[in-house]
Amino acid sequence: MSLLEIRNACLKLDGKDILKGLSLSVNEGEVHAIMGPNGSGKSTLSYMLAGREGYDLDKGEILLEGKSLIEMSADERARSGLFLAFQYPVELPGVGAMSFLREAVNSRRKFLGEKEFDHLGFVKEARKEASKMFVKDEMLKRSVNVGFSGGEKKRFEILQMAMLKPKISILDETDSGLDVDALKIVSEGVNAQRSKDNAIVVITHYQRLLDYIIPDFVHILSDGAIIKSGGPELALEVEKNGYAGLINAS
Amino acid sequence: MVATQETIDKVKEVSQSYKYGFITNVESEKAPLGLNEDIVRFISQKKKEPQWLLEWRLKAYKKWLTMKQPNWAMVNFPDINFQDIYYYSAPKTKPKLNSLDEVDPELLRTYEKLGIPIKEQEMLAGVAVDYVFDSVSVATTFREKLEKEGIIFCPISEAVQNYPELVKKYIGSVIPIGDNYYAALNSAVFTDGSFVYVPKGVRCPMELSTYFRINEQNSGQFERTLIIVEDDAYVSYLEGCTAPQRDENQLHAAVVELIAMNNSEIKYSTVQNWYPGDKDGKGGIYNFVTKRGNCLGKRSKISWTQVETGSDITWKYPSCILKGDESVGEFYSVAVANNAQQADTGTKMIHIGKNTKSTIISKGISAGKAQNTYRGQVQIQKNALGSRNFTQCDSLLIGDKCGAHTVPYINQYTPSARVEHEATTSKISEDQLFYCLQRGLDTEQATSLIVNGFCKEVMKELPMEFAVEAQKLIGISLEGSVG
Repeated sequence: MSLLEIRNACLKLDGKDILKGLSLSVNEGEVHAIMGPNGSGKSTLSYMLAGREGYDLDKGEILLEGKSLIEMSADERARSGLFLAFQYPVELPGVGAMSFLREAVNSRRKFLGEKEFDHLGFVKEARKEASKMFVKDEMLKRSVNVGFSGGEKKRFEILQMAMLKPKISILDETDSGLDVDALKIVSEGVNAQRSKDNAIVVITHYQRLLDYIIPDFVHILSDGAIIKSGGPELALEVEKNGYAGLINAS
Repeated sequence: MVATQETIDKVKEVSQSYKYGFITNVESEKAPLGLNEDIVRFISQKKKEPQWLLEWRLKAYKKWLTMKQPNWAMVNFPDINFQDIYYYSAPKTKPKLNSLDEVDPELLRTYEKLGIPIKEQEMLAGVAVDYVFDSVSVATTFREKLEKEGIIFCPISEAVQNYPELVKKYIGSVIPIGDNYYAALNSAVFTDGSFVYVPKGVRCPMELSTYFRINEQNSGQFERTLIIVEDDAYVSYLEGCTAPQRDENQLHAAVVELIAMNNSEIKYSTVQNWYPGDKDGKGGIYNFVTKRGNCLGKRSKISWTQVETGSDITWKYPSCILKGDESVGEFYSVAVANNAQQADTGTKMIHIGKNTKSTIISKGISAGKAQNTYRGQVQIQKNALGSRNFTQCDSLLIGDKCGAHTVPYINQYTPSARVEHEATTSKISEDQLFYCLQRGLDTEQATSLIVNGFCKEVMKELPMEFAVEAQKLIGISLEGSVG
């Protein structure tokens, strides 16, 4: 049984076909990269998987550990172990980063039947993980994403990933807006999460991120479906010949 | 558990020595229906009041007869029949239930969400329990602590008996009997309320809460509160209770007067959750309150902090008169209106002394078909040189059938003052909700988190114990408003 299975996903937005029969199979312990040009359906794919309102499948199926996600709400999917690292993390004014983290972690733990953290216990745990991501204490005292730089926002996303320990993580263009140093930190954070019990799907435009987060499989997304799959060398091919070449060939 | 005879006798004994007024003194339970001069005399007589107070009440009653109900607020309600109200009834005449099973399940659900222990739930819901003894012993230790410092905290009717000079000096000094229609009514028929006096140089060691006064759960319709703080003294007073309070009496017209002397500070916090009635607003409370603080002394400070989520119609404007030079007035408010509620609330800051300062932070949250209006007045008199005001009113709209309105009045009579006013209106964005959902929080948790974030500046002014309850309360009052 694969960890995440997408079968023939078809989705319309405002009457237009966006996902046109997308299929993907991700097993535990694997890192998959999905690359594609603008308009190929990358964001739609992430929102669809995460269960955002308005992004319901018209046709097809999504299975997480064999269970169908289609009837599950966004928060149910999250508690079941699906994590989305947003491309543009939104600000939550007045909502303290530390409390937000704790509520998120506790809702996952509650679902798993694990003991929830109390305030002090959580702070200790959070600080430990935060230092690995170079997220300073001071940042955790601020409101979620308010006044965070682009790099800080992405580091905070990956910190959340580290604390939630999801089964499947979707990283939606996590590299956008990052300089090389930030990219390195974020990639190290992601790589530290890799284990034989979970899986990661990295959605990206550029090959550069994949130098740091080396995928097991690379898929090319074009016009709402995956047109080609291969190993890491496929990413280098994109770098060399661009998407157009690959799309025309298929 | 039913009270034993021994307990009842012991309570009677203690009650008498504490003079908690009318438990032991009442012959008849209620005055006849309606309001006239005889009723006013009846009330005064029942409370064994001195002549000067009876005359004061009668003056107020006569003034009330000449006044008209105010109609400028953006609220609609059916006319109140003032002759269809009992103006005096002994406390504890509420119907007694036998167990929590007889209580409205909706009410119980709210108590549970607020984390109120079962014993307290029984008390609040009017279930006959043997709780009096416990409360009396709590009140005993509490009172002793205060007496040591010379602080007076008692029912106002008790203060009239034991400290008449103080009451006479200050009652009506901040809100005169003719101030407004409801204040005049209150002055004529008030029956209950708190009296606080903090002597010079004393910092009250604990937060004074109306919860500590026995019978406060059955708070009257016309409460009158008077708080006096002498030079260099401090008190923090908590009014209200997060548990929804049902009351057959629809109209609540309280009056609260605060007086702060040189270098003193009064912090007055209110968390009110009157039963808002059903989804269509039927059976809810009309909360028409006049609250005002007089910063008499130099460098005195009065802060009003309130979280209002209940009542069918709310009409209140806690205000500050900044008389003393360099005095400070603050108003922090969160007003939630959901379903069919209507709220017209705000504040008045009157700058009279030099270099006085006022801060107003008002957060209005509207949901359902509710209408939430902020009405504020900043008045800077011509001698209030160097005064400053900062006002921020933010509105949060949930759904597209509710409304938020802001009506600021700024009257500035000296160019040397500085007045700043900022206002924002926003909706809870779908992106924000989705972000929270994607982290495993359900819609209710997400809304509560975002709304509390919106109210943070106000919530942090609340005393800790109230802040936690208030947060839960806001979450509950917005249930069903999103999704």
